[in-house]
Amino acid sequence: MVSTPSIAPTTGSHPAVRFDTVGMRYDQGPEILHNVTFDLPQGGFQFLTGASGAGKSSLMRLIYLAKRCSSGTISLFGRNTALLGREELPDMRRRIGVIFQDFRLLNHLTVFENIALPLRVAGQARKSYSEDVMELINWVGLGEHTHSYPPTLSGGEQQRAAIARAVVAKPDLIIADEPTGNVDPAMAHRLLRLFVELNKLGAAVLIATHDHSLIRAMDAPVMELKNGTLIHGEAVS
Amino acid sequence: MSDQGLKSAPLLPPDAGRDTPLFAVAAILVFLAGLAGLGGVGAWRAADDWTNQLTNEVTVQILPTEGRDADADARDGAEALRAIAGVRGVDVRSRAQSEALLEPWLGSGGLPEDLPVPRLIAVELDPTNRPLAGSLEAALADKPYRAALDDHGNWAEAVARASQAVRYFALVLVVLLSLAASAVVAFAARASLAARWDVADALHIVGAPDTFIATLFQQRFFLLGLKAGTLGALGAGLAGAGLAYAGGTAGALFFLPTLSLGWMGLIILPIAALASGFIAALSARLAVSDALHKRWS
Ligand SMILES: Nc1ncnc2c1ncn2[C@@H]1O[C@H](COP(=O)(O)OP(=O)(O)O)[C@@H](O)[C@H]1O
Ligand SMILES: [Mg+2]
Repeated sequence: MVSTPSIAPTTGSHPAVRFDTVGMRYDQGPEILHNVTFDLPQGGFQFLTGASGAGKSSLMRLIYLAKRCSSGTISLFGRNTALLGREELPDMRRRIGVIFQDFRLLNHLTVFENIALPLRVAGQARKSYSEDVMELINWVGLGEHTHSYPPTLSGGEQQRAAIARAVVAKPDLIIADEPTGNVDPAMAHRLLRLFVELNKLGAAVLIATHDHSLIRAMDAPVMELKNGTLIHGEAVS
Repeated sequence: MSDQGLKSAPLLPPDAGRDTPLFAVAAILVFLAGLAGLGGVGAWRAADDWTNQLTNEVTVQILPTEGRDADADARDGAEALRAIAGVRGVDVRSRAQSEALLEPWLGSGGLPEDLPVPRLIAVELDPTNRPLAGSLEAALADKPYRAALDDHGNWAEAVARASQAVRYFALVLVVLLSLAASAVVAFAARASLAARWDVADALHIVGAPDTFIATLFQQRFFLLGLKAGTLGALGAGLAGAGLAYAGGTAGALFFLPTLSLGWMGLIILPIAALASGFIAALSARLAVSDALHKRWS
């Protein structure tokens, strides 16, 4: 399979993500997450579910270092995030690929430039990554749209571009917040297969979703958030 | 499709920081700072000219005495002064010239014939070879008429003080205008970032350090400051030249007695344009860094 990008399997004994009695609030507001404890092993695959407003997106924000927790401890690859210096954040963020429900592509950049963004930001020259990026674009099925701008693409196409951007720098952890929220069911299952492929290549994957058909299609652990409290389980009815 | 020979688009959207009101304000501030700077330089040059003129000239008054011919005394005094080493020339002012000098105070009706009017001798000194101190006084000391010497020292000092004050005033103006410019740009940079948090967030998420994002805004605002500054400096140059050309009161106001702005003017204006770019870049960088810093907290 020539067109498959390789994501180096991660080694080491630390879980990719460890939450230990984590609490979180926005500014002076009420506590949104209470006493959240879980591990996502390296190379693992898990779902996070829960009703709207349960706190899924907030928990994801803690993982991709957009917010700090207000109590407890969060470790990424064995590093306590509270102890990360500001100058260490970029490197840690590069190990995490993030995908959003609303894609968050930059509309003034082409599909190619959006996908190459993590490499460009890391200071790599365009000709050094051009081939790899083209390969990845073909892998997610966007070869025809390399030089198109995101607003001209369908939701499914934009989300595939966003997934390609999240994985282009070969992250050790991929987190997706409602990645199928803006696409039809057939595309949702196609995207899920992309995540499974990426997981097989070694990345840990955490998908927040309230789409139960997606969860049923996989035999993966499911964590459910209820009013900010975590309930572990395998099956969701 | 391939990716041959393509150049990457700028990471900041072209509209971020392209801000017409800000451009106008920056251009106006640089225009005013440029005028203040030119005024300061002009004052300095003018004061230099005047003090040179004043200190290279001495005025000798021959005071009329009953029964003596003051005009003859003045000619005699002038001859004595001309003989001194370091005196470049002497110019005896006639009674008519003295009267003309007094006219603004005494009216044009002419002075009574018997009113004693001092005769003036303008003595021009060689600036490279000035007469020994006291030699002028000594030359007139044993003459039968009375002479008074004025070396313009008080005037020269007053002019120097005034020009100093104008220069400091111009400097303070330039500093204040620069501060205003950086405050305006900082405000605009914050607004520009606030309008494009999507870009900053996307860059953060893919691992861009704060400095990387701050640099994008810094570059954008450097160009804006440089362009606005060039326009403002050109305007100041034209206005300065116009004032100097018009001369009269307007020219005197800016101490630009001649058309030439001098090489100082030619240096000050490009410096003002460049400084505008650097001020814009620096304050945009600081404002954006500060805003980014407050995010992860
Ligand atoms: N930026 C924010 N500021 C303040 N409160 C927020 C913010 N984002 C989310 N919340 C609140 O946090 C709670 C959890 O929201 P969220 O994490 O978005 O849940 P979910 O993703 O499961 O729908 C909600 O009550 C929501 O109102
Ligand atoms: Mg959400």
